[in-house]
Amino acid sequence: MTATVKGLLGIEEMGRQEIQAILDRAKDFQYHQHEPVKKFTILQGKMIVNLFFESSTRTRTSFEIAAKRLGADSVSITASGSSVSKGESLVDTLNTLAAMRPSAIVMRHAASGAPHFLARYLEIPIINAGDGTHEHPTQALLDARTILDRRPSLEGLRVAIIGDIAHSRVARSNAHLLSKFGAQVVLCGPPTLLPRELAQLAPNISLSYDMNEAIAGADVIMMLRVQLERQHEVLFPASEYFKFYGLRLEHIEQAKPDVIVMHPGPINRGRELASEVADSQSSVILNQVENGVAVRMAVLERVLQ
Amino acid sequence: MSSLFSNTRKTEPASRPFALLIKNGRLMDPATGRDDVTDVAVVDGRIAAIGENLSGAGAEVFDASGLVVAPGFIDMHVHLREPGFEHAETIETGGKAAAAGGFTAICCMPNTKPINDNATVTSYIVERARHLSPVKVLPIGAITKNSAGEELASIGAMKQAGVVAISDDGRPVMNSRVMRRAMELAVGWNLPVIDHCEDLNLSAGGDMHEGRTSVSRGLRGIPSASEDVMVARDILLAELTGARYHVAHISTSNAVAMVAFARARGLKVSCEVTPHHFALTDSDMGPYDSNFKMKPPLRGKRDLDAVTKGLISGAIEVIATDHAPHPGSEKMQEFERCPFGITGLETALALSLEQLVHTGHISLMRLIELFTTGPARVLGLDLGRLRVAGEADITIFDPTRPWTYDVNRTLSKSKNSPFHMRNFKGAPVATIVAGKIVWRLDA
Repeated sequence: MTATVKGLLGIEEMGRQEIQAILDRAKDFQYHQHEPVKKFTILQGKMIVNLFFESSTRTRTSFEIAAKRLGADSVSITASGSSVSKGESLVDTLNTLAAMRPSAIVMRHAASGAPHFLARYLEIPIINAGDGTHEHPTQALLDARTILDRRPSLEGLRVAIIGDIAHSRVARSNAHLLSKFGAQVVLCGPPTLLPRELAQLAPNISLSYDMNEAIAGADVIMMLRVQLERQHEVLFPASEYFKFYGLRLEHIEQAKPDVIVMHPGPINRGRELASEVADSQSSVILNQVENGVAVRMAVLERVLQ
Repeated sequence: MSSLFSNTRKTEPASRPFALLIKNGRLMDPATGRDDVTDVAVVDGRIAAIGENLSGAGAEVFDASGLVVAPGFIDMHVHLREPGFEHAETIETGGKAAAAGGFTAICCMPNTKPINDNATVTSYIVERARHLSPVKVLPIGAITKNSAGEELASIGAMKQAGVVAISDDGRPVMNSRVMRRAMELAVGWNLPVIDHCEDLNLSAGGDMHEGRTSVSRGLRGIPSASEDVMVARDILLAELTGARYHVAHISTSNAVAMVAFARARGLKVSCEVTPHHFALTDSDMGPYDSNFKMKPPLRGKRDLDAVTKGLISGAIEVIATDHAPHPGSEKMQEFERCPFGITGLETALALSLEQLVHTGHISLMRLIELFTTGPARVLGLDLGRLRVAGEADITIFDPTRPWTYDVNRTLSKSKNSPFHMRNFKGAPVATIVAGKIVWRLDA
């Protein structure tokens, strides 16, 4: 069903070729980031609406910069300052915005499937910038771009994703993408944050409650924030979270020597990873942010051209 | 009164000309096991005669050749939304949809506004239905005041006003002591207690069945255990109190096993299943399509197989729709914000034929039983059979007619069905209530 959708809703529905094309195109844009003048005219005359119903710093800014670098105009709307706070339904809000004829809507929403639901009713392409605990496709794309800047291929890589997996759209999108490209994905966290059914999300996924086991021999370690705002009960004692699931320098030694440490941000130093790890040579956290712009340029170009 | 009346009938069987003659139908009556091609004659709203080659000058003749003539179907689990939510459904529109689904009697759940927790609301529903509904409407009263789960509702007065069972459907009584007292009172009033089995702490925040699909879609889950825990508790309380206890819309493998266990122990325990719970699993759900969102949620394959087996074995003795209309505006939201429930009156028979009879799981007679004598037995009502001098509530259907369900043609006020544009084999053809054809298929 979603194959006919014009926007970008999730990694799950995407084919390997389509993903590869975006990653390749992002590489072109990466080089241009270092030019003194970074602006293209590829999307001149296009208007992109960034509609963020959840707070976001890096994703929203990244989409805004990506749109501007491609020559498109963009406006950003946050829920607190919009008609949503006046009780308007999501469909009505989107219809209102669509009536102003933008070229695409980039949307972040706290409800899983909100963009999929809208895509059924609206003609306009919708780009999912994170929906609830479901998917965050551009994050997985920029993570793949970041890994591929350091490895020739994703095939056979051992990737440990550690933390609040249950509530993580980043984990789901990454698991789908990495699985499609033949990486071995280990999802790791305390049992209350790691539903057993996630092992069936895609091929090549295994689960572990033990951080040392997950990290052993890893090429990539992705740390996730504990999303207290999405938990409605105490699922793991905060007092011992760092002790059992916080990434420290001694963990890095159990991984491959050239392991890379990633984090979608925002990071909480001393909560899910030690400050020294965040600032270590292994950390590519800021490279991820940088690649976010190039990848989102590739996505916008693909959706709008 | 009725015994005097039937005596009169027996002595003067043909004292009045037949008003309606149903000719050459395949009469199937689970109460007697009768299954043959014959005629049925109706006078004064009652069955006057059953037999071959009946004739009567001036009678309206209904040619039922090739059709099944069955006792009127009963749906013991319907939400009519009136009073209070008339934008979603009314007693009139719900009654019409029921007639179009082949039902001659429906039980309406008490979660209206106000809640049907007192005789005034019960009487209002009974009176409205008498004037507006083409089918019989048998209200179900609340167990507790405002269905808040704390203080018992005025069950005796509601019984006098016409309720046929009590239930806090949708807002299950979490306090086991309150449930115990309700069951005790229900024994005194000779009413069954129907429970929507859901441990609200275990299901809190859930939007669909907890399993692979919920985890993959990032939706919060409703574990099967949330149903099982309550079924187990209720069965123990039914044993303690001797109550007639009925599990609404059973959906899990464990719950079916526990009901079978209770029945084997001789407890007065029964259960119903909805057509969607034996027709669909969670993996059939369209992505974030709220027309697949209901409670209990569509479960996994193992649970679906278990309810199907329960229908075959007899552990489940009722099919009920849990018809739960919601207007489009409420269902057109983010999935997690949409209300629970789907419509079901017009698709129940077709889905049941498709899933149970055409697949060879159960016989056509057994299917009719699940819609007639099954619910009549649970409710303790003299309905659901065809007998001379009995009220002429008759469902006539074609077990193989091909058709397509189009929600835009529904008689319900709401269109929240996951079966829009589904092709079926088998459909109701005419619905007769107290001798009157209240609905018939446009030929």
